[in-house]
Amino acid sequence: MLKVNPVILFVIVAALFVASMAVFTVDQREKVIVFRLGEIVRANLEPGLHWKYPFINKVRKYDGRIQTLDSPPERFLTNEKKNVIVDTYVKWRITDVGTFYRSVAGDPRQVDTRLNQFVKDEIRAAFSKQTIKELISTGRDLIRSSLVENTNKLGKGLGIEVLDVRIKRIDLPAEVSASVYKRMESERERVAREFRSKGAEAAEKIRANADKQREIIMAEAYGKSQELRGNGDAQASHTYATAYNKNKEFFSFYRSLSAYRKSMGSGKDFMVLEPNSDFFKYFKQETQ
Amino acid sequence: MSWDDSDKEKKNDPWSGRKKEQGPPDLDEVVRAMQEKLGGLFGGGKKGTGGKKVSGAPLGGGLILLFVVAVVIWFASGIYIVDEGNRGIVLRFGKYVETTLPGPHWRLPTPIEKAVVINVDKERFVEIGYRSAQNRQSATSIRKEALMLTDDENIIDVRLAVQYRIKNAQEYLFNVRNPDLTLKQAAESALRSVIGKNKMDFVLTEGRSEVVATVQKSLQEMIDLYGVGLVISSVNLVEAQPPEEVQGAFSDAIKSREDKQRYINEAEAYANEVVPKARGAASRIIQEAEAYQERVKAESVGDASRFDQIRTVYEAAPEVTRRRLYMETMEEVLGNTSKVIMDVKDGNNMMYLPIDKLLESSGQTSTTISSESNRFVTPANQAVPATSGRETSYRDRTARVR
Repeated sequence: MLKVNPVILFVIVAALFVASMAVFTVDQREKVIVFRLGEIVRANLEPGLHWKYPFINKVRKYDGRIQTLDSPPERFLTNEKKNVIVDTYVKWRITDVGTFYRSVAGDPRQVDTRLNQFVKDEIRAAFSKQTIKELISTGRDLIRSSLVENTNKLGKGLGIEVLDVRIKRIDLPAEVSASVYKRMESERERVAREFRSKGAEAAEKIRANADKQREIIMAEAYGKSQELRGNGDAQASHTYATAYNKNKEFFSFYRSLSAYRKSMGSGKDFMVLEPNSDFFKYFKQETQ
Repeated sequence: MSWDDSDKEKKNDPWSGRKKEQGPPDLDEVVRAMQEKLGGLFGGGKKGTGGKKVSGAPLGGGLILLFVVAVVIWFASGIYIVDEGNRGIVLRFGKYVETTLPGPHWRLPTPIEKAVVINVDKERFVEIGYRSAQNRQSATSIRKEALMLTDDENIIDVRLAVQYRIKNAQEYLFNVRNPDLTLKQAAESALRSVIGKNKMDFVLTEGRSEVVATVQKSLQEMIDLYGVGLVISSVNLVEAQPPEEVQGAFSDAIKSREDKQRYINEAEAYANEVVPKARGAASRIIQEAEAYQERVKAESVGDASRFDQIRTVYEAAPEVTRRRLYMETMEEVLGNTSKVIMDVKDGNNMMYLPIDKLLESSGQTSTTISSESNRFVTPANQAVPATSGRETSYRDRTARVR
């Protein structure tokens, strides 16, 4: 029996070799095409183990997962002929690997090129209809749905499904950014001035009001005080009048004397007199 | 079974690169599971070959033993351990078979089955607009990512951190090429879309939490669409600020708000000072007026009473009292006054009186009682014809006669 062993061994090894040529696996993540002498016979195989004829069948595998086309940012013109820099990405995956193989001649990179070209054209067309403001706020969502739809029409021919075409960034070119900054600065300045002058306004109002109140208070006080003084004067006057009316002649005499005394005789006055008044009656002669 | 054990340990160590298996009960289970699986899978075929080998056993014992050992080692290579927080994904010839939970597991050996272990509990994170340094203290800004346009066409600097976990290990592995990068792209797009819909002031101030919530929601929608198998656990707006270029102006605007308040406060301080002071002053004025009123009244009463009393006396003896009062008054008045008494009758005479000099020595005010015919001229250089008369000066005779 020992003699037989090498033969059996050889047979087993040969069988294993042929078997290994006849089987292939399809990964969960892969899309696979089976060719028979250059002609596609099977595509879109289920994951798992599959058979093929050695040497006659050939197998090509492609990534079946969602792939990303992230092309470099590009400049586009908006409705107002303003430049914006737009960065987009496309999410796609192979659905029909047979069509895919035929349309790109087996070169997956061609998909990128064609998608990129197409998406760019679509974006250019879409952007030229919208203003920059629309694009930034609502535009990207509006554009997106039609972009996905249109790109899918193209994708159908390529055997791929486009899940998403998304605008990642919409930026202004550097030179425009600088002027945006300037504008923002001036806006802030406007706000700042507004605040300051509003503050000054409010402050002035408060001060003026305070001054007004002061004036009113003082004026009212003055009015009141005059009233009081007048009242006092009137009463005093009445008192005087009542008293003086009893002898008018004596009052004028008496009052004159007290006025002389008060207005003169302080020691600082200087008088030039002619001695002919009553006071000097006896100054010149002894008897009348 | 003894070799089985040792083999397993020997095989296990280099394969997993982890510590040895925990205990015998687990091992037994694993072995049993392995046998069941084997039986189910390779039903007839393998048994047939096995039978041949068993029948050949007596012929070449050593060779067969060697073969059996090889087969056992091969099968044992299918043991793998799923750590806590991980999931194992088993692929048979590239086709998904099952997802295994933490613990030791066995799969069919290498050419047939493959196991991929991935961590599903680990929090992963992606940073947009910045990259934190190793020590997590400082962060470098990525301006290209951080600067974005708002609805009102302003540019702001936004930094976002997204934390996420694997929700579905199967989806994570099979659906998308480079899931983490996909998430980052989606996050960036979602963030910019949300910022682009909001005004700058809103984003910078009260809108932060709303921005975060919206980003999280739309980001989750996007990655669900792609079937990435990830779940967003949190979105953090690390920073939202005006760009460096305009920060000066922005902080000045904030200062201006403070300034406004300051102006108002200062004015209020002024008002608080002025009004009470005015009230005080007003009160003083009124009090003074009242005092005056009372004083004048009281004085008038006093004066009137005095007059009344003197009048009564006067009326009793008018002639004498009158003269007495007059004389007393004149005495008092003239006694205290500097005076010049001139007894000049002739109207043609002019005399010179240096009143200013006289005043210097006597006082400031002058009172003149004069007769109509005499003229007194003060300037010294005016020619004044005068005749000498009786002139009495308090001090000196200074009149010049020409």
